[in-house]
Amino acid sequence: MAAILEVDDLRLHYLTRLGKRVQAVDGVSFQLQPGEILGIAGESGCGKTTLVSGLMGLLMPPLHLTSGAVRIAGRDILRLPPAEVRRSVLGRDIAMIPQGALNSLNPTRKVRDLATDVILAHDEGADRRAIQDRLRERFTRIGLEADAVLNAYPVQLPAGMKQRVVIGISTLLNPRIVIADEPSSALDVSSQKAVIQLLFNLLDEGIVSSMVFITHELPLLRHVAGRIAVMYAGQIVEIGTTEQVIFDGRQPYTRALMGSMLSAEPGQKSRKPVAIEGAPPNLGEPISGCRFAVRCPVAQSDCAQREQVLREVAGRHVRCHHAR
Amino acid sequence: MPADTPCFEARNLTRAFGHGARRKVAVDDATFTIAEREIVSLVGQSGCGKSVLAKLLLRLEKPSSGELLYQGRPIAESGDPRAYWRHVQAVFQDPYAAFNQFFTIRAQLKACFRLFDQRPPEREMEDRIDQALLAVNLRPRELDGKYPFELSGGQMQRLLLARIFILRPRVLIADEPTSMVDACSRAGILEYLMKLKQELSMTIVFVTHDIGLAYYVSDRLFILHEGRIVEQGTPDDVTQRPTSPFTRQLLDDIPSVHRPWVTRA
Ligand SMILES: Nc1ncnc2c1ncn2[C@@H]1O[C@H](COP(=O)(O)OP(=O)(O)OP(=O)(O)O)[C@@H](O)[C@H]1O
Ligand SMILES: Nc1ncnc2c1ncn2[C@@H]1O[C@H](COP(=O)(O)OP(=O)(O)O)[C@@H](O)[C@H]1O
Ligand code: SF4
Ligand SMILES: [Mg+2]
Ligand SMILES: [Mg+2]
Repeated sequence: MAAILEVDDLRLHYLTRLGKRVQAVDGVSFQLQPGEILGIAGESGCGKTTLVSGLMGLLMPPLHLTSGAVRIAGRDILRLPPAEVRRSVLGRDIAMIPQGALNSLNPTRKVRDLATDVILAHDEGADRRAIQDRLRERFTRIGLEADAVLNAYPVQLPAGMKQRVVIGISTLLNPRIVIADEPSSALDVSSQKAVIQLLFNLLDEGIVSSMVFITHELPLLRHVAGRIAVMYAGQIVEIGTTEQVIFDGRQPYTRALMGSMLSAEPGQKSRKPVAIEGAPPNLGEPISGCRFAVRCPVAQSDCAQREQVLREVAGRHVRCHHAR
Repeated sequence: MPADTPCFEARNLTRAFGHGARRKVAVDDATFTIAEREIVSLVGQSGCGKSVLAKLLLRLEKPSSGELLYQGRPIAESGDPRAYWRHVQAVFQDPYAAFNQFFTIRAQLKACFRLFDQRPPEREMEDRIDQALLAVNLRPRELDGKYPFELSGGQMQRLLLARIFILRPRVLIADEPTSMVDACSRAGILEYLMKLKQELSMTIVFVTHDIGLAYYVSDRLFILHEGRIVEQGTPDDVTQRPTSPFTRQLLDDIPSVHRPWVTRA
């Protein structure tokens, strides 16, 4: 099957006010297949949200394209004029649920008006009545109580419901790909469950085709994603099926990440979660050799010099020349 | 103050908002004690009253009725609020809102020292800021000249924790302090927090929906539902022998790598 999204050696950098260059995404490649949910995990600051900006074609200063391509159905969206990206890519090809989306709804307007705007923005001549029917039908179909929700102001909704409304509105134009950046991290477990259920509904109803799901919550990824990419310092260090990455990670950083999970299961309290000493490298400075070397518990003498590339190990791809 | 006076004591503590049909009881008749040096986690669904209870403890909300004592004295009578906040500090839910976007990070960390009676010498301030940043896995030099909007969500949340490591309060109220922090850094932060707790004999109230975290760090858990504390107990009791159906529901909803959760049709 042809990939729906192709990311090809993408590099993105921030130019700071002091003229410094922060290479936040440094050579990321992957493909997203129709029907697939790809999970992305990684330490905070490793470049996940920056990658999302790239996938959406949202390159605005201080963020710049260094090199590489993002192709949706074969079209390189990073080389389209910004107006064209807004008109034909955002919301239709690809939609985003941003990190911190809970506060992204304008509090002075009803959900109904916010949703209507999204449709009008892409179809100025749309019939008002028809829009209202469409909204009611869509909200009901994805499992929201349409009338109550549409007539509410965002502040009147509990956090979990607000997040589901954000998702409902972001997907009104049936985007092929949804990118969710920590969509449920701020929610309690029950609301989190409802949000995930909603995302699954969107896929099962054929409203969206594929998803990229970013989260720090590894147990969540276990249930949501079919494949997982682990990022470290702007690069993918391991990418494979969920089973491979969660239960049998081969890259030392992946293993450390899995080892630091906390859970409320019997016997877990005596198990000490492992923190990795030290901080990730400064992305504002050139880095040579393995980026994880100074923190890696199994580093060897050749690691700090040797540039690491992704290679196949046990059926998945790993950036570590010692991994077996 | 007798040696065994609890840090906090609440009797029939209630906080309601609005009137008549719109009345909303956010904290409903809560009775509990939190001992000195204890770590208690408040756990529950969103809207159950955790943040309001946290604000009561922080003296940012006033009780509608009932009593709330800090070290044996009603909170409202424990003097100047600034003096109170020198003892009792908070890390809030939304890191994006907590920092002023117009000042450099370093300047804002330095401003923390204003809460102290005596400002340490410049050199010592700088050292303490660097130490605090390292404790939360941030590189001090990397932040030089940076503004909050130049950080990722999780980095900003870690900055909030760095503030606490600088202030070293007697009591810490932390509202969802690590919701955007990855598992590795979270483990590191918790480790450091526990060390600090030992060193400073700190009392900590965690507000969280993350039962995994609560289970791991707490001496006791309070489970809240619709403003009421429906269950209090040790992490093992609460997670393995829950008595309230609301606790059971919360436990069922936690995603675990080992058992089924939400599945696709
Ligand atoms: N406007 C900016 N200017 C300069 N550097 C930036 C800017 N925004 C982000 N960065 C840096 O780019 C890197 C990647 O940030 P990004 O927001 O993509 O991280 P993330 O993986 O999404 O983290 P989190 O899990 O905490 O959300 C970080 O080192 C961050 O400090
Ligand atoms: N200032 C306020 N005015 C009116 N209602 C409030 C106010 N603050 C909180 N509430 C309500 O009190 C309840 C508990 O809120 P909160 O403590 O923030 O919940 P959480 O457990 O998610 O932190 C919610 O129903 C909330 O809407
Ligand atoms: S290359 Fe060396 S330092 Fe890097 S992850 Fe592998 S073993 Fe660790
Ligand atoms: Mg992010
Ligand atoms: Mg809250």
